[in-house]
Amino acid sequence: MNLNIAILIILIMAALWTTMTRSLLRSAIGLAAMSLVLSIIMFRLNSNLAAVFELSVCAGLIPVLFVSTISLTHPLTKQEVMQHMKDRIRRFWYLPFIIVAVGIALSLVTVKLSIKLPPHEIEKNVRTLLWNERPLYLAGQIIVLLIGAFSVVILFKESGKDER
Amino acid sequence: MLALFITVPFFSILFFNLPFLSYFRRAITAWAYVLFCAQIALALRLFSPDFLNIFTARVFFNFNIALDNLSLIILLSSAIVLFITLVIATYMIDSERKRFNFVNLLLFTQAGLNGLCLARDMFSLYIFLEIVAITSYILIVFDKDIKALSAAFKYVILSTVASVLLVASIALILLLSGDTQFSVIHNAISAQTPNLLIMFSVALFVCATFIKAGVVPFHGWLPEVYSHSPAAVSVLFAGIISKALGIYTLMRIVNDVFGPNIHVNSALLFIGMVSIVIGALAALVQKDFKKMLGFSSVSQIGYIILGIGSGSALGFAGAAFHIFNHAIFKSLLFVNSAAIESRTRTTHMHELGGLSKVMPITGLTSVFAFVSAAGLPPLAGFWSKLLIVMALILSGHPVYAILAIVLSALTLAYLLSMQRLVFFGKLNERFSKIKEAEFGFSLAAIILAAIIIVTGLLYPFVLGKFILPLASSGVFK
Repeated sequence: MNLNIAILIILIMAALWTTMTRSLLRSAIGLAAMSLVLSIIMFRLNSNLAAVFELSVCAGLIPVLFVSTISLTHPLTKQEVMQHMKDRIRRFWYLPFIIVAVGIALSLVTVKLSIKLPPHEIEKNVRTLLWNERPLYLAGQIIVLLIGAFSVVILFKESGKDER
Repeated sequence: MLALFITVPFFSILFFNLPFLSYFRRAITAWAYVLFCAQIALALRLFSPDFLNIFTARVFFNFNIALDNLSLIILLSSAIVLFITLVIATYMIDSERKRFNFVNLLLFTQAGLNGLCLARDMFSLYIFLEIVAITSYILIVFDKDIKALSAAFKYVILSTVASVLLVASIALILLLSGDTQFSVIHNAISAQTPNLLIMFSVALFVCATFIKAGVVPFHGWLPEVYSHSPAAVSVLFAGIISKALGIYTLMRIVNDVFGPNIHVNSALLFIGMVSIVIGALAALVQKDFKKMLGFSSVSQIGYIILGIGSGSALGFAGAAFHIFNHAIFKSLLFVNSAAIESRTRTTHMHELGGLSKVMPITGLTSVFAFVSAAGLPPLAGFWSKLLIVMALILSGHPVYAILAIVLSALTLAYLLSMQRLVFFGKLNERFSKIKEAEFGFSLAAIILAAIIIVTGLLYPFVLGKFILPLASSGVFK
């Protein structure tokens, strides 16, 4: 139980790092770290398949896409970054208080649910699950990845060419 | 063979982007025209049950997909709107490289929309919904205009919230049913007494679809996206994207998974009515043509929601019919706004006036769109609104029916005001020398106006062949 709480705290810290850091590159690395912690949680919850996907796609492939996109952008100057930080703090200072208040409120509420869960399914191997039952889902995922790569080319590569 | 609807656009993108086939890239626009026309023809043919049975045989791909009249209406509407978008884009995008990229994005949209229509499990539905959403983010900022970027950012944030709600709802449903297939979930939910968790997952799903559709109170992104996107993208968005992502998904889930529920229906009726009122009142005070059309969409979506909320087969059919009609008349209005913008460089209605004297085709086709949108007989929009009102009366909601009729006056008011400010009255001297819009705009407008007229005049045939079979499918069987 204590280990779970420790992992969750690390997850929250990684999330805060991702959203609060000044550099986009560090933010992308923070996102990868967050996915890594999330995949540990999934492993601990016996969702090995989901954990492997989270680790390979969200902690591996997506940060690579982000980093390659960021490398095509112009970084802000230090002054601009500081100004951006100040603006953000001025606009959103109250958000942490709201999150803490909601967290406390939720911890006080206990909802009892009378749910009839389905019988535990027989575990299927990866091959059956991915290729025999969810080929459409996989095809969709491939299209999403392609659109991501295509979008980067359209939005960033072209602007580089135009500027030259 | 149904998988062809997804695989053909997808493999077309792969083919035209192969590095050693760059010579063929110029042909992508012509190929896209062929694909969109083929989809229109195929969708119309598939309304015949015999052909549908032959076509749904599984070849090559073992996808869990199916086709019914609701899917066919969206397939047909999306193909028409994509075709019109391509016509406009061909005239508005000068650079060959940019046009190539744009057509690629349209093909991605086609694959996504088709997958959305055919999917019969929650995860696949969600994935194809995201395909269309991600493509649409890129389409909005295609011209890299700062206002479009701002509008897209707002849309991305709200759309992401909707996606989180969808995933949360799917996760809860998975917990309750142990599967993501529509039929399995429907049986699992029917087997248990309604509880808090089921209601919560339904509420999350409905809220997500409302955000995607731009229904009040989640409509903040819609007018901005419509008014700041490139003209061709506005047509695509107003015509099909928001309707398919939001309304179709809601209808599919109500029809195949959750079934009509008295609490959900009451909420839908209330929100539909609020959407009609807020959208129409906001449209009435707009000065920008495209923004006014954006708020008009919010109002028209309200009518579709009313149809679904009636909880009857007739209302459901009326809602599907109004999706089709809205796709056509709103696309026409946006095509005309693009034509006006291309000639006058403004969409501010008070700067315009008397344009039907110099742009007669744009002015005339706009009248057809306006009559259909206002729900005046005998054009298509009247019949779908009539079905919705009849469904409301027959399902025991006469107050909503009366309000829907009364509020049509508001629709009439803002559309009349638009017609008067833009097309009638004295011609602004600045625009005395402008000519009718380019051939592509006129062609698109004429095609859409013809569809409105033919659908309206052949209403008995349309009702019997396309709409009423829809009322006897799914939970309304």
